[in-house]
Amino acid sequence: MYNKTITEQGKDLRAGKYSSVELTQTYLDRIKKHAGLNCFITVTEEFALKSAQAADKLLTTGNASLLTGIPVAQKDIFCTQGIKTSCGSKMLDNFSAPYNATVIENFNQSGAVMLGKLNMDEFAMGSSNETSFYGAVQNPWDTKTVPGGSSGGSASAVAARLTSAATGTDTGGSIRQPASLCGITGLKPTYGRVSRYGMIAFASSLDQGGPMAKSAEDAAILMQTMAGFDPKDSTSVDQAVPDYSADLNTPLAGLKIGIPKEFFSEDLNSDIASTIETAINEYKKMGAEIKQVSLPNMKLAIPAYYVIASAECSANLSRFDGVRYGYRCDNPGDLNDLYTRSRGEAFGQEVKRRILMGTYALSAGYYDAYYIKAQKVRRLISEDFTRALSEVDVLMGPVSPTTAFEQGAKTGDPIEMYLADIYTIAINLAGLPAMSIPAGFVEHKPVGLQIIGNYFTESRLLNIAHQYQQVTDWHQQTPKGFE
Amino acid sequence: MSLTTDEVKQIAHLARLGIDEKDIDTYASDLSNMLKLMTQMGETNTDTIQPMAHPMDQAQRLRSDITEEINQREHFQSIAPQVEAGLYLVPKVLD
Repeated sequence: MYNKTITEQGKDLRAGKYSSVELTQTYLDRIKKHAGLNCFITVTEEFALKSAQAADKLLTTGNASLLTGIPVAQKDIFCTQGIKTSCGSKMLDNFSAPYNATVIENFNQSGAVMLGKLNMDEFAMGSSNETSFYGAVQNPWDTKTVPGGSSGGSASAVAARLTSAATGTDTGGSIRQPASLCGITGLKPTYGRVSRYGMIAFASSLDQGGPMAKSAEDAAILMQTMAGFDPKDSTSVDQAVPDYSADLNTPLAGLKIGIPKEFFSEDLNSDIASTIETAINEYKKMGAEIKQVSLPNMKLAIPAYYVIASAECSANLSRFDGVRYGYRCDNPGDLNDLYTRSRGEAFGQEVKRRILMGTYALSAGYYDAYYIKAQKVRRLISEDFTRALSEVDVLMGPVSPTTAFEQGAKTGDPIEMYLADIYTIAINLAGLPAMSIPAGFVEHKPVGLQIIGNYFTESRLLNIAHQYQQVTDWHQQTPKGFE
Repeated sequence: MSLTTDEVKQIAHLARLGIDEKDIDTYASDLSNMLKLMTQMGETNTDTIQPMAHPMDQAQRLRSDITEEINQREHFQSIAPQVEAGLYLVPKVLD
């Protein structure tokens, strides 16, 4: 039952083939059995079984939603009332959130069952899930390799079928890159589409939550619950939410796909390039037209991103001061010592590096040279996408220049790690929606195809992804030992 | 552009961030490498470009100036490291 789609599980629950309690227990057992993957920071067993009991009752009333009784796991960046919300950091190891994030509220309303909180890079800063205070997460396709990051726990848990689906967040690729490396389907929505209220902030002008699932069909169901205007988030967009499942079956004849030539640079592994080309050919067979396009400023995305994201992170993380919540050092001498030591003892290396970088970029004398310059470059990058997307419906290319790499391979060189996001971060700068869907394997490791759309075209992206998943079975494959 | 260890210490001070003495050289070298990466932006002329702070150039939404929050002092202070009589405790600031 754990391999089935959300729709199939929902039908089975309604037909009485098994109860939500049984389905939940099955996943809880799998989580225990595969604890070595280290996907979960907190397993909320008791809470999950109680919610499952409530869901079973609700299912008999006819008031159930598509997610009622479906076990879902939440990235540990979403605040959960009365439940530890660590954000992968020692800073919040003792933090039990006093309120629920809007995304969590939405899932609760839908009757979904929360299995627990998923491991992640500390404060979502990382591309391999190795910066977590709770240790690295393993990729079930090859446990010596990383699952990607920062939503590494989410991707690994969905791939290993430890949960029916999960949430993630994406600031520079943190949904798409782990989805690609773990062979699952991930959607980073348009900036402002999913509420950021209660989603611990990393870089506020880039962060966006989204679904991570076994298929586009499942992602559409999750998206229906996650999306929507939220007055509690000042950057939430007040726009009607479409029915994300309605257009899944629309044929793709006439679809115009743009292939940015910059996505096929020399950094791209040649086997990945041919896997992506094969996937694009599959779309041709479905009636799509292919056109070469260019994003000339893409090479500037990494430098611009690391200025903007670091600057915003240094401002956002200034709230962690050892006074109101979170970690506090022992016996502070004075106020400055309290701040400095609490932060110094509780933040990990990568978080510190980014706070230092951001503080420098925002400091007097450097603000114009770095921060303003990066914001200007951001506009150039955004305009490149606007131009390209005026000629075609969507853009396609790889998600990551490599497949899953070995644990520890890039931890010594931060720049090398940053380059893992070379094909994803420009999309965050522009605020566009994009997906990663499984498109094949290179040396038994999954490869993701990236599909990028115009603002608020999530329905179209899900349709394009779903149609591919009707003619391929990459998304249905499970890693050995986790079948 | 490269940063000296003294500059790293100054930035850490501005950020109120404790860093180990033994890590300062590594931070100096990592941050210098990041800055080198960032100078690539200088090769592109942006004199006439407006900075972009929001992906869709939206301004912050405004709301009426009315109280919407309820007082949850006790609830929020229940997770604080140290409180007394409804106040957050920090080391003495004035002698």
